[in-house]
Amino acid sequence: MQIKRTFSLEDKLMNHPAIKSSEQLQDTMTLNLGPTHPATHGVFQNVLEMDGERIVSGVSTIGYIHRAFEKIAEHRPYYQITPLTDRLNYCSSPINNMGWHMTVEKMLGIQTPKRVDYLRVIVMELARITDHLICNGILGVDTGAFSGFLYLMQEREHIYEIYEEICGARLTTNIGRIGGFERDFNDIAFAKLRKFLKNFPPVLKEFENLFDRNRIFIERTAGVAAVDAETALQYSWSGPILRACGVDYDVRVNEPYSSYEDFDFDIPVGTNGDVYDRYMVRNEEMWQSLRIIEQALEKVEKEPKGVFAADVPEYYLPPKEEVYNNMEALIYHFKIVMGEIDAPKTEVYHCVEGGNGELGFYLVSDGGRTPFRLHFRRPSFINYQMYAPMSRGMLLSDAIINMSSLNVIAGELDA
Amino acid sequence: MSDIKLAEAPPGIEGSGFFATSFEKVIALARSHSLWPLPFATSCCGIEFMATMGAHYDLARFGSERPSFSPRQADMLLVMGTIAKKMGPVLRQVYIQMAEPRWVVAVGACAASGGIFDSYSVLQGIDEIIPVDVYVPGCPPRPEAILSGVLKLQELVRNEPLRRRNTPEYKELLAKYGIQ
Amino acid sequence: MGKISNQAVLQKLTERFGSAVSIPSEPFGLLTFETGKEHIIDVLTFLKEDPELKFNYLTDITGIHYPEKELPIGVIYHLHSLYNNVRVRIKVFLEERNPVIPTAVNLWKGANWMERETYDFFGIVFEGHPDLRRILNVDEMTVFPMRKEFPLEDPNRADKKDFFFGR
Repeated sequence: MQIKRTFSLEDKLMNHPAIKSSEQLQDTMTLNLGPTHPATHGVFQNVLEMDGERIVSGVSTIGYIHRAFEKIAEHRPYYQITPLTDRLNYCSSPINNMGWHMTVEKMLGIQTPKRVDYLRVIVMELARITDHLICNGILGVDTGAFSGFLYLMQEREHIYEIYEEICGARLTTNIGRIGGFERDFNDIAFAKLRKFLKNFPPVLKEFENLFDRNRIFIERTAGVAAVDAETALQYSWSGPILRACGVDYDVRVNEPYSSYEDFDFDIPVGTNGDVYDRYMVRNEEMWQSLRIIEQALEKVEKEPKGVFAADVPEYYLPPKEEVYNNMEALIYHFKIVMGEIDAPKTEVYHCVEGGNGELGFYLVSDGGRTPFRLHFRRPSFINYQMYAPMSRGMLLSDAIINMSSLNVIAGELDA
Repeated sequence: MSDIKLAEAPPGIEGSGFFATSFEKVIALARSHSLWPLPFATSCCGIEFMATMGAHYDLARFGSERPSFSPRQADMLLVMGTIAKKMGPVLRQVYIQMAEPRWVVAVGACAASGGIFDSYSVLQGIDEIIPVDVYVPGCPPRPEAILSGVLKLQELVRNEPLRRRNTPEYKELLAKYGIQ
Repeated sequence: MGKISNQAVLQKLTERFGSAVSIPSEPFGLLTFETGKEHIIDVLTFLKEDPELKFNYLTDITGIHYPEKELPIGVIYHLHSLYNNVRVRIKVFLEERNPVIPTAVNLWKGANWMERETYDFFGIVFEGHPDLRRILNVDEMTVFPMRKEFPLEDPNRADKKDFFFGR
């Protein structure tokens, strides 16, 4: 007589009439980490083949927010492209704006005064802080810690107030003009800046205390998705994630723009290239940005007051009093607003250090009122292509943390 | 003395230990003060939504305490950001999966009408594929504007019949979009 | 980590490739030259692996369309030498009906998506690319939108009244 012993689960499945072969049990499951993410990173899709909790392979699909920036830019005069650049990396839009203005200024041969450069540095470093605040906050949310994010969003509100004083908008700022700024920073803006510089460091310190030596955070992030420098350079990574791998490539130091060479700051560089290193590099960059803003405020004090734009009436709108009284100013005003500025027939490539890496603008002009070709070298797009190969063999929860640490902004990904 | 305003009770017959009113009004009141959002955030307006959800402009005090990413458990679909033609079918699928009663708020210029992106790849307004209840203009709208939009939606919900889904106008509207 | 001058780079290139490297120029200090699609992989390999030049970073690959030229469609590479802090721009022009060029994926893995984007927008076929399909636009699209003849706005729009837009 045969005694039935207790079967294991596998035995039960193997003898189930629906299972035809043992290979079927080893099949992978297809998981659609679809365009509508719970993790609010933006709209991109990953179709993953999973073996249990482990990812076997993945395919990325992007383009769900493709707005055809490059095509639109061929039909807009130079100053109308600034609102488009805003919406590339919308977490740090002033950096995109300034980068575009500097590209056009390079092409037109406009030299901005030092005070404009220092004010631009202040605005760009504030934007870098906002970008890193969102990235680190969301990294905290993805590991399960929601409160850090709420503290940092409050700090973003303070930075939004500073933007509002300077340009009137909170998020998609459209700051500045080709040649400088549209108006000077008023006293309230400087007062808010100083208040921010005083109140932000304790909050950042508190945030660091929550995460830096938090055992759960370290176990979730240390050693996850480690990338060596050679592979990162092969995939043309740039920005904090490349610096976390050990390569000290920062456009502000390599090819200084907007008088960055006058400033004294360090570039934080990591060792392992894992998620913890990226988090630490971004935190440290925020401290360095604060340092740069303090130095910039001192330098702005020393420069002659009231200078907020270059003296180029052909490209920068003259003040209204002159337009009403002066013939040349009227003609310049008309030409600039109609977009008929004299652009040379040339091509220029200018890059700035965005929140995610080297943000480049390749502008080809044929002398007309709109660019002939404008191409954005978008760091999120180029950084993200390594995500699918990198997530092979990872656990799903590690892959989510990895995606969050790459700081992929959907607007910059698809453009 | 607290300055928290309580919602007004609907008209009804009151007595000692009971209050009789119409089912419709009570349910409409309850629904309007507990709209659970589905944040369908695609681009910049999504960041302003994150600010609205944050501690400064708290959306939770208006009843939207639990943002859900599952359409089956959400009441209001907040479409925030540009919807490209590639994303259109996904948005439609999410809307179809939502259980009645459901409302849609188009936050931002891009969701309302395509915004500044008049190009071949952008859907010029989500009302080409799903019915929209409230449009919030702005690029991006301030958090106060988003809150105002949610409050207008609450006004709408408060005055709605109980089983909107069975009314002929609603059925005709959905048929126009080709939904069920 | 010294800085090599553009002249030195150009000299090494012309020594090695002679007339395959043509029309050198330096708009805003960035050495730019043109080459043919037969030589492009050799040029890129030389630039990457030469022990003195060491252009190890591929900044970007993009395309451009000049409708009036004889070879209208162009592929533009931007390379960067992190060791010497010098950049270079390489242009390759192709014919319109069948623009084909060998892929740079074997040299830099990062060229993968850059070439897919260029294919999506201009229709340039990169030979040897592991997965050449559209990346940003809808998969069913049959035209290449960044070419000059393609209109910006959706031609099937019914609600935009041309009268109010001055057309």
